[in-house]
Amino acid sequence: MTTPARATAAALSALALAGGLTACGDAGAADAETLTVYSAQHESLVRTMVDGFTEETGIELEFRDGNDAELANQIVQEGDASPADVFLTENSPSIDVLDREGLLAPLDAATLEQVGEQFRPSSGTWTGFAARSTVLVYNPAQLPEAELPASITDLADPAWEGRVGIAAGGADFQAIVAAVLALRGEDATRAWLEGLERNANVYQSNTAVMVAADEGEIDAGVMYHYYWYRDQAENGLKGDDAALHLFGNGDPGAFLSVSGAGVLASSDQQEAAQRLVAWLTAPEAQQRLAGSTALEYAVGTGVASAEVLPPLDTIGAPAVDPGSLDQDGVTALMQEVGLL
Amino acid sequence: MTALLAAAVAALALVPLGYIVTATVDVGWSGVAELVFRPRVADLLWNTTRLVAGTVAVCLVLGVGAAWLVERSAVPGRRVWHVLLVAPLAVPAFVNSYAWISLLPGFDTYAGALLVVSLSYSPFVYLPAVAAFRGLDPALEDTARGLGLSTWAVFRRVQLPQLRVAVLGGGLLVALHVLAEFGALAMLRYPTFTTAVYDQYRATFNGPGATMLAGVLVLLCLVLLLAEIRLRGSRGYARTGAGAARQLRPVRLGALTVPALLALAALVALALAVPLGSLARWMATGTSAGLDVATLAATTGTTLALAAAAAVATTALALPTGWLAVRRRGPLATLIERSTYLGSAVPAIVIALALVTVSIRAVPGLYQTVPVLLAAYAILFLPRAIVTVRAAVEQSPPLHDDVAASLGASAPSRLWRVTLPLLAPGIGAGAALVFLAVVTELTATLLLAPTGTTTLATAFWSASSALEYGAAAPYAVVMVLLSAPATVLLSRDARRGLTT
Repeated sequence: MTTPARATAAALSALALAGGLTACGDAGAADAETLTVYSAQHESLVRTMVDGFTEETGIELEFRDGNDAELANQIVQEGDASPADVFLTENSPSIDVLDREGLLAPLDAATLEQVGEQFRPSSGTWTGFAARSTVLVYNPAQLPEAELPASITDLADPAWEGRVGIAAGGADFQAIVAAVLALRGEDATRAWLEGLERNANVYQSNTAVMVAADEGEIDAGVMYHYYWYRDQAENGLKGDDAALHLFGNGDPGAFLSVSGAGVLASSDQQEAAQRLVAWLTAPEAQQRLAGSTALEYAVGTGVASAEVLPPLDTIGAPAVDPGSLDQDGVTALMQEVGLL
Repeated sequence: MTALLAAAVAALALVPLGYIVTATVDVGWSGVAELVFRPRVADLLWNTTRLVAGTVAVCLVLGVGAAWLVERSAVPGRRVWHVLLVAPLAVPAFVNSYAWISLLPGFDTYAGALLVVSLSYSPFVYLPAVAAFRGLDPALEDTARGLGLSTWAVFRRVQLPQLRVAVLGGGLLVALHVLAEFGALAMLRYPTFTTAVYDQYRATFNGPGATMLAGVLVLLCLVLLLAEIRLRGSRGYARTGAGAARQLRPVRLGALTVPALLALAALVALALAVPLGSLARWMATGTSAGLDVATLAATTGTTLALAAAAAVATTALALPTGWLAVRRRGPLATLIERSTYLGSAVPAIVIALALVTVSIRAVPGLYQTVPVLLAAYAILFLPRAIVTVRAAVEQSPPLHDDVAASLGASAPSRLWRVTLPLLAPGIGAGAALVFLAVVTELTATLLLAPTGTTTLATAFWSASSALEYGAAAPYAVVMVLLSAPATVLLSRDARRGLTT
């Protein structure tokens, strides 16, 4: 198949490539002016928000992108040896995991003041830098407006068997469960999840839930608002037949999930890390968020979100201390009822 | 020295199993009871079992039926059919399921999953069945026919028993692949142990829940391996005398020719035309939506570099074991060789999960670096390299080495000037097999790849999970193109199919 000379040449070049790859993996780790950011937020949104940070401060950023719970638990495992300086989540329960382990450093008071009080925990160890609203996406052809559920907990009703979709494996849905747990307590949450385990089709992603509602595979699904708004901005490529139902009335289904930013106590670049979190929450970055195609809510004091979105004070979100959400409790409950 | 090296390789291969056992002991009986004996696990067990059983059954029917038509019947165009029946191997199962689900979004049912994985894996039965048919002496069949048996009776009473070992081996391969399959089934929303381990990993990084599910998955693999050994039995079917094989006289199908042709055409259409057609359609949409050539090229480069590095590393690791198994036959050599097979019978997700934990605790400096990813590839694909290296060692008699020694050549010089050149074809073939396997590997890469590393498989995966089918298509096309040469080779030498 291969002559010896050719095989040797191929082997040598492959070894050289492997060496090159290994070198890439190590690059930058020792550089004092590089912050390592573990980020679970959408790459494009984060990159938009930190645009200009390096030019102004001279601090380079290196991102490890991943999933909320995965990155949080990874930092816990890494402990004091974690290379992470700053942690950005999509939903706050994961950053609470670090807070409870005592792995976060207190944030500068000036940073905290840049963000509305309802978007950060009372502990002051992390802050929100974006928010997303829970919605019910539904197919109006199959589910007339009059039959829409009044509360997200109604979806556990046997009448909903086979008609509802969730992305149970993802951090987004688990944050919503955490809100139900904080608002309604363990027994009610377990009963709700048991109902969902029976009723729901489980999808891989929020987008898949929306497409399934659009195509009438399910009548309704639980997800966050911006998937639908972004899709509308792209002329309803995936969800033109689907509509949104906002629960409002302080229902757990109107839960506003906060994306968190925090500084690791183990970081040896505290000052630079604090500057990055301050940057993310400053009016300039918040306005960039509001003007971007991400269509998540801005949380900076006095910064208005994108105009296409219903204003934050009209969505009737329940009051939940974002520092009170219990990721481990959610995982345990979802394992218990069989959704995980 | 060689034995030590080989033992070290075997130890590496057994790391995942050791990890699962250690973790289980750590969790303790009450923890195991809580995490394993719950309704979700029962559901997964039912889902997984019926999918494995169904797929193996469908693959056996399709594979043996097609092999009989191609090897024993007078169906027109046998050579062409042969190539077309092997060709689905060039389409990774998760690409096949993307093709089906993007075409028929309602395909996420048991029947859908069964169809898609069966189409992807039936060549694993077809190839050994074809090889076995070719190895059978038609004289036995002619004798049976001469004694008055019908074609069907000949198949059932003469051919099928002799195909048993080959077909069981193929069935085992199918079963192990279904157990380990992640991408195809996640996309089809059909939960099995492997997809559930991944969900658990995402929710808890590497919590005990993920590990215990992985443990059950490993047990299922062991059950399959043992079942196959028992079913295979110890009866031999080899001809005793050398003799000359009779010329084969293919069975005339007569009125059944058209139905047979239609059946083959339907199989090829479902297994090959649907995925390729779907890819072409999405390729057209994806290109109009703006194909990012630079990203595609960079991703292809990364994939090729990783695959090349894995091919070199894995083949190097296979050398001592392959050598030992032939030149120092004995219980120790057998034990070491079999250990490496056992390690790779474990699904990729379990290997990745184990290496995440082991590297983070034992060698934090290596965590999330290329060497750990290469170690995972090595554990997964060692047998492919060992089998070919071993065959090469078998074919190079020790005599050459002895002569060189008697002429005064030193050991390193003998290795470099005599042994390696003799083994080169085998080493090359093994490296090629590993290379191709790595190009389409998804699960371990998802969990272990260093930050920012994107391979064709992971880029395809993230685009298709976001339902960006058009954006996913180019990555799938490149993967299929890279897999095609190996498939052509396989269709030429059917016997090689037994080793993949």
